[in-house]
Amino acid sequence: MSLPSQLRKVSDTVWELPITYQKGMLVPARIIASEGLLARMDDGVFAQIANVACLPGVVKYVYCMPDGHWGYGFPIGGVAAMDPATGVISPGGIGFDINCGMRLVLTNLTEEEVRPRLPELVDYLFARIPTGVGCTGFVRCSRTEFRKVLEQGSRWALGKGYAWPEDLEMTEEGGCFAGADADACSDKAIERGYDQIGTLGSGNHYCEVQVARPENVFDREKAAAFGITIPNQVVIMFHCGSRGFGHQVATDYLQTFLRVMTPKYGISVHDRELACAPFRSPEGEAYFSAMKCAVNMGFVNRQVILHRLREVFSQIFHRSPEELGMGMIYDVAHNTAKLETHLVDGATRELLVHRKGATRSFGPGQEGIPERYRDSGQPVIIGGSMETGSYLLAGQATANTTFFTTAHGSGRTMSRHQAKKMIKGQKLLSDMEQRGIYVRTASYGGLAEEAGFAYKNIDEVATATELAGLSKRVVKLVPIGNIKG
Amino acid sequence: MPFRFLEDIAIADVAFSAWGETREELFSAAAEALLATMVEESSAIEPHDCETIRIGHDELDLLLFDFLSELVFLKDARRLLLRPCSLMIEGVDDGYRLEAVMKGERIDPIRHRLLVDVKGVTLHRLAVSLVNGKWQGTVVLDI
Repeated sequence: MSLPSQLRKVSDTVWELPITYQKGMLVPARIIASEGLLARMDDGVFAQIANVACLPGVVKYVYCMPDGHWGYGFPIGGVAAMDPATGVISPGGIGFDINCGMRLVLTNLTEEEVRPRLPELVDYLFARIPTGVGCTGFVRCSRTEFRKVLEQGSRWALGKGYAWPEDLEMTEEGGCFAGADADACSDKAIERGYDQIGTLGSGNHYCEVQVARPENVFDREKAAAFGITIPNQVVIMFHCGSRGFGHQVATDYLQTFLRVMTPKYGISVHDRELACAPFRSPEGEAYFSAMKCAVNMGFVNRQVILHRLREVFSQIFHRSPEELGMGMIYDVAHNTAKLETHLVDGATRELLVHRKGATRSFGPGQEGIPERYRDSGQPVIIGGSMETGSYLLAGQATANTTFFTTAHGSGRTMSRHQAKKMIKGQKLLSDMEQRGIYVRTASYGGLAEEAGFAYKNIDEVATATELAGLSKRVVKLVPIGNIKG
Repeated sequence: MPFRFLEDIAIADVAFSAWGETREELFSAAAEALLATMVEESSAIEPHDCETIRIGHDELDLLLFDFLSELVFLKDARRLLLRPCSLMIEGVDDGYRLEAVMKGERIDPIRHRLLVDVKGVTLHRLAVSLVNGKWQGTVVLDI
């Protein structure tokens, strides 16, 4: 693969495609990557981020994060900020899995305490947290009640006893995007998702038992601020989103936007997956309200999974979740659009920031993060492959260069079918067990697709975000147990 | 089978090409590809349950998008894995109308070798065309 000839090096971690790269680009596109990551970035990234730069109302630059790869519409890792008055909102800039995100949970257990009971623990997690194609949750919720879930988010979970009060504080936006309106969601969306609360799903969604080994702590002060203070401390990370409800909201509004985009608003796009409508239009505002419902469903989904996690740990270790210190470090989304205030060319502006496979990264002292993290910056959770580990990082003030955004994962480099050709799921499972990672899966085929070699090097991605000033590495977390759909 | 998975498009997701002598055969092949994305040995799915899909669109490729999206919806809402039993597409004044009788069964994680959940059908590179007398389609699924 050769890089576009017009790609210009801005710094060691910033590469720019000028607006002359593709007809219709309104702003330059910036790729955040080390030289090594850039050289291995697939062609689709450059074409797709250039398409994003053509969307009406886009401001300053569009970005692709170091874990970027070929997606649909936006590349995965794509970021675009729109002027709300003149710009558009696009479901393709958020993804089907609205509020796909990461949650990281503390324990006061050590690896030495957990290891002897690891298979029992992982088996029980697998039994209690529904995974896989078409899975349903344990929460019995009518369609009417589900509408409250959509509008109240984690507050609903708190009212039902599935959350601790402090969980909400440790969740982006307190676990609820204000302004969610269930009337903006179709009956089909509600039908598809009302019984899926508390489910992982499949693909790259997982729940992982991880260890913070002393040699993997990069910043002791920030690690302590995030609650990681014990050598070989065990934490739990999980990755999932708004399940079928969010997927249907995206499908519904793609269809709506396709109908009105050109005939009503005269907008044309290079890829129909970028179907959009003016943000300040009936269709745009309806989608934004429905998207917020899906965001809230995503927060509740992860909250109910956390409730189950606490039950499982309590059962296995014969102590209450409080005694086990099972508070949250943080929950942060990586597929959303949000109205935020940013400084652009010296002027404070409200912008609609699309992040698709990209994480908000607020620095120390910034409004919108828990008081507890005022000095450290917002916890940023970057999930890696189940073989190689993940990162906890801290948001940086210098992330203002990317509308306070950083990476979200390690980024795929190999097709799922190619990964399955290279290793069988059963073989991978036994190989990982020999390396001390105990895995339970709903699908051996699905497991093989998630092999570590199918992803970029997570260390390179996390380092690139640090060198670019987007997020600072705090601790690398290595897996010892994993359940996946 | 009249479909193949494409290795070099949207690598994090699943892309496939499907084909047939008629529009109906193409749509049926695409439904089979969707099923094969979610279940290994999809031939093991028994025709116990029946659902009828009636949809229309003024563009053929978007009719395929709507058809596959409906199957993804039924997978979650009714937990059904379905394949076409009969499928008819007719040209009408304002485009195309599809009626499909789908048969299959509820997801059974014990009997079905499940692979990966499909979240949605994307519009990225979605295409339906008639090439040398054969109908061909390309679809990218978000998974």
